[in-house]
Amino acid sequence: MDPVTQTLKRVGVPSEINPPDANALEMALQLKDRLGTEVVVLSMGPTSFDESLERAVAMGADRSVLLTDRILGGSDTVPTAYALSETIQKIGGYDLLLCGEETTDASTGHVGPGIAGHLDVPQITYASEIRIVDGKVRARRTAEDGTEWWETTMPCLCTVNFGCNRPREPTLTGKIRVKRGGLVTHWSCADVGIDPKKVGLFNSPTIVAKVDTVRLPSRSGQIFSGEPEESVRKLLASLVADRVIGA
Amino acid sequence: MSRKAARAASSRSGRCPTDISDERLLLVPLFRRGKREIVEHFDVIVVGAGPAGSAAALTLARKGFSTLLVERGRSPGAKGMFGGRIYAWPFAELLPEWAKDCPIERRVVRENLAFLTDDASLGISFDAPKMAQGRGASFTALRAKFDAWFAKKAQDAGAVLVTGIRVDDLWREDGRVRGVVVAPNDRVVSDLVVIAEGATSTLVRKAGLKADLEPREVSVGVKETVELPAETIQERFGLSETEGAAYVYAGAASLGLRGGGFLYTNRASVSLGLVVSSEDLSRKKVEIQEVQTKFRMHPAVQRLIRGGKVVEYSAHLVPELGAGMMPRLSGDGVLVVGDAAGFLINNGYTFRGVDLAIASGVAAGEAAEAARAAGGMTAANLAAYERFLRRRNVLTDLERFRRAPLYMKKERLFDVYPRMLMEIAERMYTVDGAGKERLFDIVLDEAASAGVPKLKMLLDLLQGARSM
Repeated sequence: MDPVTQTLKRVGVPSEINPPDANALEMALQLKDRLGTEVVVLSMGPTSFDESLERAVAMGADRSVLLTDRILGGSDTVPTAYALSETIQKIGGYDLLLCGEETTDASTGHVGPGIAGHLDVPQITYASEIRIVDGKVRARRTAEDGTEWWETTMPCLCTVNFGCNRPREPTLTGKIRVKRGGLVTHWSCADVGIDPKKVGLFNSPTIVAKVDTVRLPSRSGQIFSGEPEESVRKLLASLVADRVIGA
Repeated sequence: MSRKAARAASSRSGRCPTDISDERLLLVPLFRRGKREIVEHFDVIVVGAGPAGSAAALTLARKGFSTLLVERGRSPGAKGMFGGRIYAWPFAELLPEWAKDCPIERRVVRENLAFLTDDASLGISFDAPKMAQGRGASFTALRAKFDAWFAKKAQDAGAVLVTGIRVDDLWREDGRVRGVVVAPNDRVVSDLVVIAEGATSTLVRKAGLKADLEPREVSVGVKETVELPAETIQERFGLSETEGAAYVYAGAASLGLRGGGFLYTNRASVSLGLVVSSEDLSRKKVEIQEVQTKFRMHPAVQRLIRGGKVVEYSAHLVPELGAGMMPRLSGDGVLVVGDAAGFLINNGYTFRGVDLAIASGVAAGEAAEAARAAGGMTAANLAAYERFLRRRNVLTDLERFRRAPLYMKKERLFDVYPRMLMEIAERMYTVDGAGKERLFDIVLDEAASAGVPKLKMLLDLLQGARSM
């Protein structure tokens, strides 16, 4: 974190693909394996993100676009969703938009639904499996209390459940394609036609008043030993006494 | 969740998802099609960005071959391991300006050979500042820096370097090598594959050029990097800022097992290690770490590394039988270079590997050029590789010293003789008023008590002189 602006530091930090986004990428690549689709990777951030975008191409994406501009610095999820949706429209020709369910740094999960809003396309969040059936997207949505199957028309947007698959390693062929060059495109706000008055720190409604490190309370830590049946009985009694569970 | 979720909910289906097979049938036309199965093509693929691989890639790229250099480590040298010294002669031709930016640790100006017993050491030292100059120069280096530098030279010449990829197998078509395979859907095609994988190459075996390694064909090499301030090294070893020293140890260094120790001075560290017969280690049930610890604790070694901190430990197999264990060096669409080909010379007083690796890489580039001119990368055309190796004395030297490994394999040399020499030295230099003997009598007496027949000793001596 930047102690002055209370925003995330993105420069000078080693670039890594946001883990839920890696799951979304893997989901896209599996669709490509099955259907022969074109996969375009889009990100917004400083040019140090190139390393991650190159990795995405080396894993099997066809090409990638980085929206990079100093005026985007400090943008929260509102300008980010706006800027990305403008960029998606410039790329054009999409059937399915996949996002990670959230980032592991700010964990808001706003951007995917925000993009769907700007583009006015249907969305399915927390998808852990996606099938294309009868020209429609059918997705298994992992909710807190179970699994739901949803179906919607294309184009649409799905945010992908963190950890639902194992992202593949880059291939030799992919790494050669990266070396041959030309697969990571940089666009500025002007290139895309993004309104400078709608992006950046000052056009972000989020106000980070204070950032604290949460200290975990100390735990009493009790070990119930002895015969399994006896120790389980003691554990249950203790949980009931502490009102963790009902009697 | 927004109105979109509501819309999605309204189109919710009660049916369960069907088989993936109808996915393909129904929906393909809807998507913009991406390119399927792209197969990349290069004239030559070099597997391994060590000294042999980078020398090959550099030579090939200069000769106009589109060249892919594939390295398993995260960067060239990350997985590299060697004793610590490089003889520079192959650079005279390949990179005449090498000394300008090559990450040299120190130029070797002093050679030492020492015989060790449990607590004593008898050594000879050859001091010649001239050794640091000209074609015969040698220097100490660290592989992480050296390999990165050398691979960069290959890249500058036009080779494409890809790291972090382990080649799993060779791609074969019509009985000839046609490229490399990383995974079932990940292969790259080429007219020629140069195997530069090092001593434990699996591709050499998969190419059918060699059977599996036998314990007697390899030694185990271990090395510790001991950190010492540059000034301490200069004072302790009597060197200037750029000068370095090399030590070869015999006898108790390897606890009498066949093998030997070495020590090279880097700029601010010392490379200290051993090469010991893996056959002897397993036969005598000795762990290599144990041998290395005893060697490090030997008073003669301690004197040199005292106060230093071990910052790195590495181990590797070392091809040991020289020309005796060489695989077939070429086949249809394939060449073998460096350690993978067994290009290593240990004649008892010099350990050579990197120079032979570089020279063989250059020879592979020349062989590819000759084969191209002759009409293609066939086994018959690539056989010219041997001619180019001979031109650089690689095969010639290997054959000349072929007997050295066998001679070195005599345990008497590592156990009986060093002890004998030490007893002689002790009696020569001890003045304790007990009456002094003549040197000749001491030698005869010691030879007799060593328990080796005089004739055998004479034969060992002659054989040794011939093979070294």
